[in-house]
Amino acid sequence: MKQNQKLGKFLIYVTLIFMAVVSLLPLYWVFATSLQLPSYQNETMEEPINYVESTPPKLYPVGVNEYFHQWKMREAAEDAGNEAQAVYHDQKMDEVVTKTFEGFVILFERTKIMKWLLNSLYISIVTTVAIVLIDTMSGYVLAKKKFPGKMIIFWAIISTMMIPEQVTLVPTFMMVQKLQLFDTHWALIFPSLALAFGVFLMRQFLLAIPDELIEAAKIDGASEWKIFWTVIVPLAKPAMAVLSIFTFVLMWNSFLWPIIVLNDENLLTLPAGLKTLQDANLASFKLLMTGATVAAIPMIVFFLLFQRYFVKGLSMGGVKQ
Amino acid sequence: METNTSTTRKVNQSTTRNTKTKSLWKEIYKNRVAYLFLLPKLLFFVLFMLVPIVWAFILSFQEFNIMGSTWVGFDNYITAFQSKVFKVSLWNTFIYTVVTVPAFVITALVIASLVQPLGKMSQSFFRAAFYLPTVTSMVIIAMVWRWMYNYRFGIFNYIIGWFGFEPVNWLGQSDSALPALMIMSILIPPGAGIIIYLAAMNDIDQSLYEAARIDGASAFQRWLKITIPMLKPTTLYLVILSTIGSFQVFTQIIMMTGGGPGNATETIVHVIYKTAFRDFKFGLASAQSVILFFIIMIFAIFQYRTLRDHH
Repeated sequence: MKQNQKLGKFLIYVTLIFMAVVSLLPLYWVFATSLQLPSYQNETMEEPINYVESTPPKLYPVGVNEYFHQWKMREAAEDAGNEAQAVYHDQKMDEVVTKTFEGFVILFERTKIMKWLLNSLYISIVTTVAIVLIDTMSGYVLAKKKFPGKMIIFWAIISTMMIPEQVTLVPTFMMVQKLQLFDTHWALIFPSLALAFGVFLMRQFLLAIPDELIEAAKIDGASEWKIFWTVIVPLAKPAMAVLSIFTFVLMWNSFLWPIIVLNDENLLTLPAGLKTLQDANLASFKLLMTGATVAAIPMIVFFLLFQRYFVKGLSMGGVKQ
Repeated sequence: METNTSTTRKVNQSTTRNTKTKSLWKEIYKNRVAYLFLLPKLLFFVLFMLVPIVWAFILSFQEFNIMGSTWVGFDNYITAFQSKVFKVSLWNTFIYTVVTVPAFVITALVIASLVQPLGKMSQSFFRAAFYLPTVTSMVIIAMVWRWMYNYRFGIFNYIIGWFGFEPVNWLGQSDSALPALMIMSILIPPGAGIIIYLAAMNDIDQSLYEAARIDGASAFQRWLKITIPMLKPTTLYLVILSTIGSFQVFTQIIMMTGGGPGNATETIVHVIYKTAFRDFKFGLASAQSVILFFIIMIFAIFQYRTLRDHH
């Protein structure tokens, strides 16, 4: 019986690890290809080989192997006292390094990727801060205050949660044009501030806060604004963290709307910029995957840092996949 | 003390009842701070949500012109349903949903069930491993899958070559392009689903399992008779969520096939996008998006009902 259980557990681990490896494979493929060796020739080859486009595909960056190969050859040449050979292999080592990282150099020198990265960062941060502030404010009064029209306002906002983004695509586009926001970053920031999810989340969370805390502050003579900052905000922090993560990921990965309202190459966000890179058809696959690497790494780091809040947000129905 | 003040307030209110509107204004004035707190949200909500929603319905009955729009009744809806591309896109989106949503939910359930009995450490490790591939933007995922499907250099043709199959032009043929997109969707791990299922499983009352174990139920029986029924609300939530998501499939299409070859991978949102921002037929695009809205609504209600009734 015990033996059986151990075997069962072992099989479960093997299955899960296999599935995890398979699911991580595409991501690995992005990184591996961004470091793959393009058109390279060494002393044993009759013509240059492009390892990025080789059949069968190379499953790891060949440069690593080649670097050590050239190193060994250089050592051998030095031992044999063959100066010229040693210099040749030394140069080859340099060439391998240069070609392996060439994608990053080209990308940062010849495309606007640095701008796209900063644009994405700027838009995501500004939107996140703004949403968390205004949604906490409105969530607070909707949870804790009584005033005429409260329920109408609450339900009007909440009922738009089910409406898909595409339904309002055309009118929001026309609105953006009317307000002369087309091809500005405000066109991405402002419409996001209308989203209902944050209000819903903050209200639900703040409903649980005891009224006595607010009353006590009031008796102490604190103004509403002061109550908000000294009582509500500190208590709302867990929900604010979840909302921040949700908003940041949403804005960082947003794609459909940016490609509609942004035209200027200098204003694009990362996903929109990557699309222009692919559309141009000039970029090699190595370059595209290098761009994908640059775009993927910040989000992966972000996830690993704030994993706890991602999990919380998902269980609260927040973060979309 | 408190009851005293509230009765005096009530008395005060009743004396001014004859001027109802006046007291409403008083109430509003008294609560002006609350409205001020709501003001920023309401401003953006009205400008970029409420007005656009109403406007979308109005536009769908109009023919849009820069010089001024004209009312055309249901013409846009008729045009939409008569258009071959739109009908194909409805069908493709439907097939895509029918195949990928069950795959998403079942895979999530199976993986979560395998992960849950393991220790805390293993749980969080696998949670991260399965969620990580989905935190990156779909644009990136689509770019690499496009390359993996490449006819000459792609890893897929290499792998099927091991089993003696001829290379397939995955995205370039109309009979394999949509299946290729569905395979991709199935093979991307359902990270969000796994996390949500795990949270729900950890909440199930352990005494249920204890009781079943005493009654001699096997692990599989316990899973079938306790875990799955207890997870019904979660399953319902995931089915609705992934159905809505799948009806909005867009990024893969524009990054990998552009709707082609022919119309083989046209989806509703891609058609809306093309109608609006390539052909600038805003009225027709609005009608198409209103249709999408109703389809999603009907599906959501239908799924909610059936899954709830089974419970």
